[in-house]
Amino acid sequence: MGLKSNLHNFKEKNKDKKWIPAFNAIHTFLYLPNETTHGGTHIKAADDLKRTMNTVIMALVPCLIFGMFNAGYQHYLAQGLIESADGFLGASFWTWDNFVIGLWKVLPLVIISYGVGLAVEFVFAIIKGHEVEEGYLVTGMLVPLIVPVDIPLWMLAVAVIFGVVIGKEVFGGTGMNILNPALTIRAFLFFAYPTWMSGDKVWVHGAVERAGTPDAISGETILGSLAQNNGTLGYDIWDMFWGIIPGSVGETSKFLIIIGALFLIFTKVGSWRIIISTLIGALSMGLIFNGVINAGWVGESSKFFGLMSVPFWQHLIIGSILFGAVYMATDPVTASQTNKGKWIYGFLIGFISIMIRVFNPAYPEGVFLAILLMNVFAPTIDHYVIKANVKRRMKRVKVKTA
Amino acid sequence: MGLLSKKDAKLITDPLTDNNPITIQVLGICSALAITAELKASLVMGIAVLFVLGIGNVVISLMRNIIPSKIRIIVQLIVVASLVIIVDQVLKAFAFELSKTLSVFIGLIITNCIIMGRFEAFALGNGPWKSFLDGIGNALGYAVILIIVGFFRELLGSGTLFGIPVLGDPIEKTGVYSIGYENNGFMLMPPMALIIVGLIIWVQRSRNKDLIED
Repeated sequence: MGLKSNLHNFKEKNKDKKWIPAFNAIHTFLYLPNETTHGGTHIKAADDLKRTMNTVIMALVPCLIFGMFNAGYQHYLAQGLIESADGFLGASFWTWDNFVIGLWKVLPLVIISYGVGLAVEFVFAIIKGHEVEEGYLVTGMLVPLIVPVDIPLWMLAVAVIFGVVIGKEVFGGTGMNILNPALTIRAFLFFAYPTWMSGDKVWVHGAVERAGTPDAISGETILGSLAQNNGTLGYDIWDMFWGIIPGSVGETSKFLIIIGALFLIFTKVGSWRIIISTLIGALSMGLIFNGVINAGWVGESSKFFGLMSVPFWQHLIIGSILFGAVYMATDPVTASQTNKGKWIYGFLIGFISIMIRVFNPAYPEGVFLAILLMNVFAPTIDHYVIKANVKRRMKRVKVKTA
Repeated sequence: MGLLSKKDAKLITDPLTDNNPITIQVLGICSALAITAELKASLVMGIAVLFVLGIGNVVISLMRNIIPSKIRIIVQLIVVASLVIIVDQVLKAFAFELSKTLSVFIGLIITNCIIMGRFEAFALGNGPWKSFLDGIGNALGYAVILIIVGFFRELLGSGTLFGIPVLGDPIEKTGVYSIGYENNGFMLMPPMALIIVGLIIWVQRSRNKDLIED
């Protein structure tokens, strides 16, 4: 009798206890489940929810580790203690000191995100008597990656409770939610505590406490600076691509996000249609704005000039549109389900993201708002795609019979 | 036996709980979203609706046999409008600041679905005393929800109750603000009122399963 069969017997013996979903959740997480996903969830293939979720998490881990190094790097760089790293493999980037600071700041975010979120899931699983679904594993990983590094932990905890309850549990749990829970959490944080989610002080660890003192350091993001017509702060294209810039914890490195995207596409967990169409949407909006600038309709005095005049392809590496396209828009629960619908859904996300970015200088990062908006419309898009398909096939039947 | 018979008392208590105009009938939501950021405004709005609905129900009930049914909506509108104008003028005279906060929403009591709903559903078919009780009951049911929502929104959004700081000073960092607490700006936005009303509905329905309709 090994530990594994002991645990299994234990599970069988306590089948009708109230707390058994909580035990099952931990059991399934550590060992191979003896059953596959069933019931109202969103995986519609001979596949297991656990594999899907673990694949996404694997794709996110590089971003998380990079985020830890970057947090420390930005912290020391802003104080002038280290030289700026030249490129992705720069000597002053991958240092132990950077990692320790990052670990110290980012790990609590991860722990709070998982701890609070899973606690809420467990409570609901016990009250409602269903199993704990693996859905929160991805959300819990995404949340630390899309918040500023200095966000107070209690705020994160409140937001996670709100996001999991209002964004997911009220709709019936994993697979039933309309809105992406991770983005619901970010939206809550943004509207509830805007001073901690935007501006030029929150993106670099230590900048908030130093504000107003002689040691003050700036941690403006490129997007924030562009929105105020201040240029790109001396960062060049490659800095943005490799991700050694201030920003939310895990969204800065476009390079690692692209690797993650390829991994998701290769394993067929993420929809390449959504990713590609989101990027196409963003590029088209960028082209339109470039056209407006070239036609001379908007002059340099306009407050929109800074972001409108950004070359259209650079919109993809500024801000977090790429992160949103790869990890957020592709969420299989909240995205459109039909293939044609996915193209429309993704295109509109990209299109609206850039529109919000340009026209809302107070808050240039419109990606999460665009995705949440399209989450709401995804079922409608599907409905019309299916209806159009039915109509087309009906016509075909009529032609045949006539 | 007290002042009210059991049946009459039900007219008042029902709308407070299992037949609440906001959480069960889901009427009058617009004003519940718009003006509940402050407790004071919620309270005044509740009183205003209490006045309009209490008196309006009696007036309509008295006239119920002489109103031609083809033009009854117009007649009802005239009654509400006159009562709302009285409320509006009184507020402007004695509580000008508050009247500015409530702005158009006092005027919009006219379009509050609860009022027309009670006129149509109750006052047109019942006597004045019963109609009065029904009006008071529904207005109280409305006011209770407004006050609950207003309480949470003002407490968590601004850290005050009736304008009096109860959680300390956010600028001087006293009270709970000294340990890093901050006001929740989301609470001051209308969507949060919708979510709080939703939570109240959720709690109410999970306590009384009969209210859940399929």
